[in-house]
Amino acid sequence: MKRVYVNEEWCLGCHLCEYNCAFANSGKPNMAVALKGKSIFPNIHVEGDDKITYAVSCRHCEDPICVRSCIAGALSKSDAGVVQIDHSRCVGCYTCLLVCPYGALAPGADGLMSKCELCLTNGLGEPACVAGCPNRAIVYEEREVI
Amino acid sequence: MKRYVIIGGGIAAASCAEGIRSRDQRGIVTVISEEKELYYRPLISYYLEGKTSLDHMKYRDGDFYQKINADIRYGTRAVSIRKDQQEVLLSDGEVLPYDELCLATGSSPFVPAFEGLETVENKTAFMSLEDMLRLEKMVGASSRVLIIGAGLIGLKCAEGLLRRVQSVTVCDLADRILSSILDEPCAALMQQHLERYGMQFLLGDSVKRFEKNLAYMASGKEVSFDVLVLCVGVRPNLTLFKELEGKTDRGILVDERMATSIEHIYAAGDCTQGFDLSCGKKRIMAILPNASMQGFTAGVNMTGASQALTNLIPMNAIGFFGLHALTAGSYEGTLYEEKTDHSIKRLYIQDDLLKGFMLIGVQERAGIYTSLIRDQVPLSSLNEELMKKMPTTAAYSAEIRRKKFGGAV
Repeated sequence: MKRVYVNEEWCLGCHLCEYNCAFANSGKPNMAVALKGKSIFPNIHVEGDDKITYAVSCRHCEDPICVRSCIAGALSKSDAGVVQIDHSRCVGCYTCLLVCPYGALAPGADGLMSKCELCLTNGLGEPACVAGCPNRAIVYEEREVI
Repeated sequence: MKRYVIIGGGIAAASCAEGIRSRDQRGIVTVISEEKELYYRPLISYYLEGKTSLDHMKYRDGDFYQKINADIRYGTRAVSIRKDQQEVLLSDGEVLPYDELCLATGSSPFVPAFEGLETVENKTAFMSLEDMLRLEKMVGASSRVLIIGAGLIGLKCAEGLLRRVQSVTVCDLADRILSSILDEPCAALMQQHLERYGMQFLLGDSVKRFEKNLAYMASGKEVSFDVLVLCVGVRPNLTLFKELEGKTDRGILVDERMATSIEHIYAAGDCTQGFDLSCGKKRIMAILPNASMQGFTAGVNMTGASQALTNLIPMNAIGFFGLHALTAGSYEGTLYEEKTDHSIKRLYIQDDLLKGFMLIGVQERAGIYTSLIRDQVPLSSLNEELMKKMPTTAAYSAEIRRKKFGGAV
């Protein structure tokens, strides 16, 4: 399946992916209305130090420990392999946050868990972080297990 | 065609069936469940709090066993096992032969013999959907609830009830709350938070005797209550297995394939005592994620495949009114600590490994710490100072990071 990958060498650490992600999942028509003056809760986060930066989002693991650990059945893996979250089931217990080795889940504004669903459920079709990356550091492609 | 029998009504049983089906589509899978439906047990307190519904509590929409073509016998009890004949005798009289058997019998509330307990009219344990619905019927806006036990179950129950009743008092013999997972400072921080929400505590104290709606405490205090909830502790359900003279300690002893000491009998979930990687001993680690992983592994191995589960550790995520405590592993070794008025981080480091941690009020990317324990990552292989300050994959070497992020995982 296609996943989001980040090339450390090309990442500028500009955090645009975080804004594009938060906007894409805001349901608002306009970026300023969606984000200006507000705390944002993106599903992708730029990490790193003064030398390297890269963005981290859900790896959509083959055998996701978050899905196995979810106490509410909110996390599931779709037939296509996408790790999805059903917000109507999530109770915000943070078990997924406790077990994800990538730190890819975080609570959203409502205290419930939020995660990358590859922009497949918000109607965009292509991940907003990828589309908006100015340096093509984030890509959406098929890769083998390494 | 292989005949598989699973005894148990929870997540370990369901995951076992799933594990079997991941390798064997044709075998006959029969699941014996005393409970009448399959649901997410840890959600019972969230239901009381109004955060979920009975419908949402159902395990995968309630049709899980049908979907994987397993014969589920709800409301049926396994009476005994005949290991030589490889048969299970059921409460409805049926004798069920098996080639491979899994015990996922869970645990039951432990109720000490309190003097006068029989005089208390409104009382219940808090372990099952049935208990929870019983409790819900007992309480009203004017109820004063007394909960015995300030562990994970007792406090989640207290949280669930707090806004629905007049008062909630929690008592515990231990001198701090959540004593199985939190040390003194962490417990104190959480207790202050709960007290701000109006929860009341009687710690280091126990009930000497009950007289109807009155509890006489060892300290001499008297607590008047309307509803009593007993959350003293749980005990693994071992009877079936003990009758076979299978090897047990506090739980059914299992190896890393979830095999027990008896041939063709596996075990998974809260009834087991398996290897805890963080302390190198066999421990009871009764949490849902482990039940799920153990169940699945047992199922896979029952088909004849060989899969080892070697990285189980205790892990707990428990939050109350917005303050979350995340803990994992064992609290052994050198302590690294960071503290503010609202948060505590404690990391335990030994032999170049992270062994365990407690985090309260700081949760960002905590799973990275958990993975350091489960994968036994040598701290000398990464930027230890950075990692201690903040769980981040940036602390890994470029090579490891490439492995983690460069391809599918």
